Amino acid sequence: MSVVLEARNIVRDYHLPGGLFSKGGVVHAVKGVSFSVERGKTLAIVGESGCGKSTLARILTLIDPATSGDLFIRGKKVDIAKGDLTKELRREVQIVFQNPYGSLNPRQKIGDALTAPLVIQGNVPADERRERAMSMLKKVGLGEEHYNRYPHMFSGGQRQRIAIARALMLNPSLLVLDEPVSALDLSVQAQVLNLLADLQDEFNLTYVFISHDLSVVRYIADEVMVMYFGEAVEYGTRDEVFSDPKHDYTKTLFAATPRADPESIKARLARKKAA
Amino acid sequence: MALLEIENLVVEFQTTTGMFRAVDGVSLKVHEREVLAIVGESGSGKSVSMLAVMGLLPWTAKVTADKMTFNGRDLLKLSDAERRKIVGKDIAMIFQEPIASLNPCYTVGFQIEEVLRFHLGMGRSQRRARAIELLKAVGIPNPAERLDSFPHQMSGGQCQRVMIAMAIACNPKLLIADEPTTALDVTIQKQILDLLVKLQDEHGMGMIMITHNMGVVAETADRVVVQYKGRKMEEADVLSLFENPRSNYTKALLSALPDNATGDRLPTIADYFKDGSEIAGAAVS
Repeated sequence: MSVVLEARNIVRDYHLPGGLFSKGGVVHAVKGVSFSVERGKTLAIVGESGCGKSTLARILTLIDPATSGDLFIRGKKVDIAKGDLTKELRREVQIVFQNPYGSLNPRQKIGDALTAPLVIQGNVPADERRERAMSMLKKVGLGEEHYNRYPHMFSGGQRQRIAIARALMLNPSLLVLDEPVSALDLSVQAQVLNLLADLQDEFNLTYVFISHDLSVVRYIADEVMVMYFGEAVEYGTRDEVFSDPKHDYTKTLFAATPRADPESIKARLARKKAA
Repeated sequence: MALLEIENLVVEFQTTTGMFRAVDGVSLKVHEREVLAIVGESGSGKSVSMLAVMGLLPWTAKVTADKMTFNGRDLLKLSDAERRKIVGKDIAMIFQEPIASLNPCYTVGFQIEEVLRFHLGMGRSQRRARAIELLKAVGIPNPAERLDSFPHQMSGGQCQRVMIAMAIACNPKLLIADEPTTALDVTIQKQILDLLVKLQDEHGMGMIMITHNMGVVAETADRVVVQYKGRKMEEADVLSLFENPRSNYTKALLSALPDNATGDRLPTIADYFKDGSEIAGAAVS
């Protein structure tokens, strides 16, 4: 088993500009997070808004540099602040964003969106680009007829499939999924989760899955990291974290998640009657 | 007598390609002190049917029903002026996006006091005192100071609390909550749901909880209506809905919950309706 992604003590600070009468400040968005993910596995990062999980996603996807700490991708140290970001590296890491309505260009046809990464990478002839886009469309459960359509002609679930297809065009080894199903309906969510599981098997993909929905995390993750105010308060395999949460915040999170099984409904109705 | 009674509600929208039917023959009842949950995916008409009750639909909508009464009064025959006296006072509504549903130009105190002035005709100092009382009831710390805050100075959960304070300001008989926690974190969601259930119990209100989250249904509802594509698929009390759902759609919805995953794949709605035609015949009530 090879480690695809390793993070050691990642820190990210944001500096607030000072005004005429106020001093500038520093926001510690991520405070020293370490983890590693093996090939073909899924790491889920859980936390509420403002806990730094999306900041971490941007660092892992090589969009923003970390303030300090080391990031290793397939064993190689990467620091984009020093200009390490090459085209080959960009091919390794891709991201799928939360909102499929915002992440696709409304004026770009689906085919153009899918082939754009290949154009940027160069050295792929036009007919091969088209062919690869067509086969990727079929892999994510869409058809060849969708190639020339615009994003507004698709539903939310279909758009998320397109965003996933676009991320996979360069055969990345690591896919960062930033809340990929939280904007979707329950039944569509199930379809997209199934698709992600299939694609992981087929391409041996490594996922970093960011979510605030514990039931989704429990379904898809191999390892779970819980973040709270920029710190990783809990990190372990799925079964460890779910069966025996150590940190108070994780326990609060579990207690707050609504339960949809008959036993807890019975308990609630009994409490209500007693009150 | 039921608090709210709707029979065969149909809502149609005028579009360039003809009439589009968003709600297709929905009937439901809410009793006093009862929490009814309406569940469905986006496009199932769950919000539209409640907006029709409130009279908040745009003019392109055509609302027809065999019966639509609130507390014995026929909502279909009300004039706009009469409706304005009921809506916001006896029926109140909470919306999904708390930050978007408050006016950013006014303090939250002004917005709460506006309800009190319009519906109850309270004087200035009386309004102020009642607004502080309301903010305290919904659990906002330092209520007297927070009255002068603008919505952007509060978090999403606090804005939703302000919306709830406005909704309960006139002690409504019926509270309609349209996806009240969808935009919030799970820990905040828990607090807001607990608050709503507590207030509903204390004030003896009827409550309609519109949601797509089965967990929220399980945590709050007494009775559940499941809607799909504008039609009512099933109506049952909450326990029997989860224990033995009768309609195929409800079964599909429950099995799509990642909690209930057995094996590697999640069943999807499509697995239950291979040819897509069974949905119409699947409705039971």
